[in-house]
Amino acid sequence: MKKKSTFAKYDMTDKSLLLTGYFLLGLFVLAIIVPMVYIVLASFIDPITLQNKGLTFDFSKWTLTAYERVLSNKQIWVGFKNSVVYSLVFTFVSVFVTLLCAYPMSRPDFRGKGIFNTIFIITMFFGGGLIPTYILISRLGMLDSMWAVILPGSFSVWNMIIARTYFQGVPSELREAAEVDGASEVVYFFKILLPVCVPVIAVLCLWQFVGMWNSYFDAMIYINDVAKQPLQLVLRSILIQNQPEAGMIADMQSTAQRAQLAELLKYATIIVSSLPLIVMYPFFQKYFDAGIMAGSIKG
Amino acid sequence: MNKSKSLGRYLKQNWQLYVLFLGPALVLTIIFKYLPMGGIMIAFQKYNPIKGILASRWVGLKHFERFLSSPDFIRYLVNTLKLSLYGLLWGFPVPILLALLLNRIESTGIKKKIQLVLYMPNFISVIVLCGMVRILLSVNGPINGLFGTAINFMTIPEAFRSIYITSGIWQGAGWASIMYTAALSNASKELKEAAMIDGANIFQQIKAVEWPAIKNMVVIQFILSAGNIMSIGFEKAYALQTDLNLETSEIIATYVYKKGLIEGDYSFSTAVGLFNTVINLILLIVVNKIVEKMNDGQGL
Repeated sequence: MKKKSTFAKYDMTDKSLLLTGYFLLGLFVLAIIVPMVYIVLASFIDPITLQNKGLTFDFSKWTLTAYERVLSNKQIWVGFKNSVVYSLVFTFVSVFVTLLCAYPMSRPDFRGKGIFNTIFIITMFFGGGLIPTYILISRLGMLDSMWAVILPGSFSVWNMIIARTYFQGVPSELREAAEVDGASEVVYFFKILLPVCVPVIAVLCLWQFVGMWNSYFDAMIYINDVAKQPLQLVLRSILIQNQPEAGMIADMQSTAQRAQLAELLKYATIIVSSLPLIVMYPFFQKYFDAGIMAGSIKG
Repeated sequence: MNKSKSLGRYLKQNWQLYVLFLGPALVLTIIFKYLPMGGIMIAFQKYNPIKGILASRWVGLKHFERFLSSPDFIRYLVNTLKLSLYGLLWGFPVPILLALLLNRIESTGIKKKIQLVLYMPNFISVIVLCGMVRILLSVNGPINGLFGTAINFMTIPEAFRSIYITSGIWQGAGWASIMYTAALSNASKELKEAAMIDGANIFQQIKAVEWPAIKNMVVIQFILSAGNIMSIGFEKAYALQTDLNLETSEIIATYVYKKGLIEGDYSFSTAVGLFNTVINLILLIVVNKIVEKMNDGQGL
């Protein structure tokens, strides 16, 4: 590195200001890392030791009990499987419908754009609310079905605006060339347009997948059938309501032991359920900026 | 005048755009967004699920009078407003500061690593976040262990807002800074170097180079946040509620849910929800107008 750093060019006041800023940034980064590390370490420690001594590096007190119990629990796996299905189907339907809609809306010559735009924008700021939506879902006979969780929120106006903005940045020569070749709209859309819009599609997929994976409200109100519950509802009973599956702690003798084990299970549950997304997301990081930039330009 | 004739031809030529491309989104919007708007009628009825919406008895503004004169409701309204306003006040500047600091880091390697950490909490679910908060703040948890105290934070109404807002910043500030970071990376490098050569100090540089790059983004974000003041998230508030902190943690969203789906008082709950939506809409319009005035006609 022969380039002279910019930092050296600042005067004293600016240097101290910057250093203070970096120090605060460092604190924020630590504040994110420390609790996570604590939970990871605590998940391996025997509950009685943890309660009395806190974190310990006396490895004789370390145990994999929590993981064994969490991973051998049926309900967690059922929830996991359901969440994968919900999130994948939701992502596919949602992104597909959103991209389809964004294409005509991105065409300068599309007639009726103004009207459709108004129809969509209104829904961003006004809606029937919880109960009317609930009544509709139950009238449609969708209670306890996967579609109650997937369909109502699948078309996102916000994401449509982002995709539309991105489409508008695609050179119009591409479409003109396709028209000369006599390609239909459908062929142009799938064969030419989508392949050059991979960054924005990737970002939308990531957002929708993570959003569905992490939410619990819709499933809580529409899905009563335990076999169809997504992971977040299973987590909710363990982490928030302190009611782990009976089978997870039933073999313990005393109430106190059961309570301790229920505590320990929380740590392992957090790790097991969060790991997939935390591991996956860095692979998407390169698309973040492209997608966000598309969304930041006013639609 | 001949537009209508050509419109017919235009539709014939371009039917695919309307049916195949716009169709699915339009159908979903009409069914799941516009049909429930019709259901708002039950806010003015004594809704009877057996009779249905069309045959239920009309009661005018009875439900609205009922909740507007109830001290409980007023408290939940104040809780909602306080939670969002404080959240906006504390939470809004943090991502901007993070982005400005990240922008000054010269080593791309370090910057990337910091960003990786900053974005991570966004991928933790609400339930897991609240589970972590409950663990860290529990009576014999690490925070109490650190200070040698035994405070049960989750049962103290006074602590709820701080917990909610702090954990929100912890989880969301890094992710929210992406937009500003992206905008800053587009700020002209030449401009920045020119400012440096002119001997501008940091504040002058920010004013001349960085602020213009993120200004529009800040305005849009602010309007959107302000327009969402009343629609503060159900999921997190509900997951952080305990029987003992309801005094501050019960907000309109959780109240609507409990009244409507747990107690089955559909009409009353819909009335509260409608009131909430309308207030939200008014806020959005007012804030947008104020910003337009301050920002030479630039709003949403």
